[in-house]
Amino acid sequence: MNRKRTALLVVLLIVSILLAACGQKEVIVTREVEVTRLAPAGECPECPECPPCPEAPQAPMAAGQRLAAVKGRGRVVCGVHTSLLGFGYLDSAGRNIGFDIDLCRAVAAAVFNDPEAVEFVPLTAAERGPALQTGEVDMLSRNMTWTSSREAQWGNFTVVMFYDGQGMMVRKDSGVATLEDLDGATVCVTTGTTTELNLADAFRSRGLNFTPVTFEDTPSVYGAYEEGRCDAATSDKSQLAAARAGFANPADHVIMDVTMSKEPLTPAVPAGDDQWMDLVKTVMWTLINAEELGITSQNVAQMMGSDNPEVKRLLGVEGDFGQTDLGLSADFGANVIRAVGNYGEIYDRYMGPQGIAFTLDRDLNWLWKDGGLIYAPPLR
Amino acid sequence: MNATSAIRRPPAPPGAVRWIKKNLLSTWYNVLLTLVALIFVFFVSRGVLRWVFFTANWTPITSSLKLFAVGQFPPDQVWRVGTAVLLVSFFFGLSWRVWGGTVGTFALALAVGGAAVAVLPFELSSGVRLWGVANPLLVGVGYLVGRTSLGKPRWAALGWALSFGGTTALLTGVRGVSWLPRVETGLWGGLLLTFLLALVGIVASFPIGVLLALGRRSSLPVLKLFCTLFIEIVRGVPLVTILFMFSVILPLFLPEDVRVDRVLRAMMGMTLFAAAYMAENIRGGLQAIPSGQIEAAKAVGLNGLQTTVLIVLPQALRMVIPAIVGQFIALFMDTTLAVIVGLVELLQIGRAVIQSNPEWLMLDMEVYLFIGAVFWVFTYAMSYASQRLEQTLGVGRR
Repeated sequence: MNRKRTALLVVLLIVSILLAACGQKEVIVTREVEVTRLAPAGECPECPECPPCPEAPQAPMAAGQRLAAVKGRGRVVCGVHTSLLGFGYLDSAGRNIGFDIDLCRAVAAAVFNDPEAVEFVPLTAAERGPALQTGEVDMLSRNMTWTSSREAQWGNFTVVMFYDGQGMMVRKDSGVATLEDLDGATVCVTTGTTTELNLADAFRSRGLNFTPVTFEDTPSVYGAYEEGRCDAATSDKSQLAAARAGFANPADHVIMDVTMSKEPLTPAVPAGDDQWMDLVKTVMWTLINAEELGITSQNVAQMMGSDNPEVKRLLGVEGDFGQTDLGLSADFGANVIRAVGNYGEIYDRYMGPQGIAFTLDRDLNWLWKDGGLIYAPPLR
Repeated sequence: MNATSAIRRPPAPPGAVRWIKKNLLSTWYNVLLTLVALIFVFFVSRGVLRWVFFTANWTPITSSLKLFAVGQFPPDQVWRVGTAVLLVSFFFGLSWRVWGGTVGTFALALAVGGAAVAVLPFELSSGVRLWGVANPLLVGVGYLVGRTSLGKPRWAALGWALSFGGTTALLTGVRGVSWLPRVETGLWGGLLLTFLLALVGIVASFPIGVLLALGRRSSLPVLKLFCTLFIEIVRGVPLVTILFMFSVILPLFLPEDVRVDRVLRAMMGMTLFAAAYMAENIRGGLQAIPSGQIEAAKAVGLNGLQTTVLIVLPQALRMVIPAIVGQFIALFMDTTLAVIVGLVELLQIGRAVIQSNPEWLMLDMEVYLFIGAVFWVFTYAMSYASQRLEQTLGVGRR
């Protein structure tokens, strides 16, 4: 009996030594367990009449804390996509590129004058909300549609940088121009998404019939459409444009001029730190205003000598539009534009006529003065 | 007397022709079935071969080998991964001489794999080809070193232990060493990450599993309760949920500026998960040890620890090798779930590759097939190693 006990004591000892040897890893585990036990017990006594406990509120970062944390870390942590052509993807060397990625790089250029001072965190669709709620990322730029419930639950959305919408792709020779022409058609769509619901709504509200052909994954949708198993394929317009670029004969397919949903794609920041949100917003506005004022990554140096006071302000040559209050350098605008270019340059880099990802008409994403919706408050 | 005359020469092993005649063409319906089967095999293999060699477009794979191998690892630092593999090759060569057997097979496989990289028929940088040539060379050098006085098991074991530290230093970087700058673990990806996750999960979960299994059979109530609770709770929760817990819930309780490394999070989750299953596998082996063994051990004066370490565990573990290796293989394939904590492992790299060029959007079949083949090679290697291990230990032949 005594021997047995000694043996077990030795085993216990080994366990504890191993746990200690595992170091940080195990320490964190125990800490996590402790906190789980303590937090609800302190805040919410157990009683049947009690209203359901609110989730332990995350202590929000006070204004300025996040910028200090970012500066201390030396990097902006940015939640992104790694496999979405055009928006967030990898080049052949494994570098993160894309429209959404350049917005992160713009913020890094504003804070550090270095577009590489970003740590990209690949997030799944399910994980992006929690990552924002917990403040694990400083910024989320991951092809995310701004909705009221996400605004309420996840964090603060900044500036709409891309107006997307659900569209419909058909063969050019089919002669289809409106949704009414598609009465009785078969439509390829991914199953279980809002895309499928929007499609049903659009047809039902017009009293039209259609046969959905559903697939689990996106490549199958376009594969089936290209093989001719459906008359049309539906998805967000940017996705349709990307898929079309991969077809054998892209010119044989058209994206119809119908929009079945509103998808304002917007970078978001964690709630609580207003200064950080204002900073990100200001960087986005700088990108848009730079295009409006004709400042490009190529002509920043010449524009420094411009007589236009708005240009001078944006580039930090004279005046102040609040950037120092936000903790940015006076010439952060020049740094941003030099690093990533203005809004139009970013768009064209990936989705313009010579875009490296695909070509998509700017449509709603033209500047307001060109008939689009891209509009930013003045920098003054 | 009669018995000796009854002994005849055993029938000669059937030749190929005789075997075919006997098994495939013995009756008219067997001939028919053989024909039908041949036609079926012909058409299926023709279709598959045609697709593989003519229809399929393998450019996404041939031009993204760097991504598949190491993911987002900085291109100018990839030599560090290569060096780490060379280090491993060297020790495999050394161990080949020291231990022989299965280790030798793997050393050969490493050498052949390296040589194959050197002669791959697509565009590769000269550095990669040089690495391919160096790999078999280092296996050979290791083998030769093994023939000197250094070829002792303890030196080889020490070398392996040191190589673990060396590999870690190479991959993460060393503070203050300018030619080994820090590489964020977030940039690890592809096969490298899949391999590391599986390796750490396997190596770490095994001892924890053994301890949990012993603890569950202990007579100390608190220890027993703890181990049982841990095993049952972890086994009652899907791996996806555990990974989610580590990635989503853990940060909720940590201050905002404290961030646990994501690779570490995945490793923790997978290790805990695998350990719980491992414990149950090992417990099966422990229970199969006849109590006579323990009594005999006590009778010769061994204490409890000696009984466990010298008598019970060796027999128990040997018995559950197939189950343990099955668990390892499952763990290797479960690494694909690491995408939940935001890691770009092999499968996720495949998705990224498909999306990295509009012309490749429709080539998902090729990419997924390639990833499947890579997984198969590694899981088969594990399975093969376990079979060899069983043979050496004589499991199932007693």
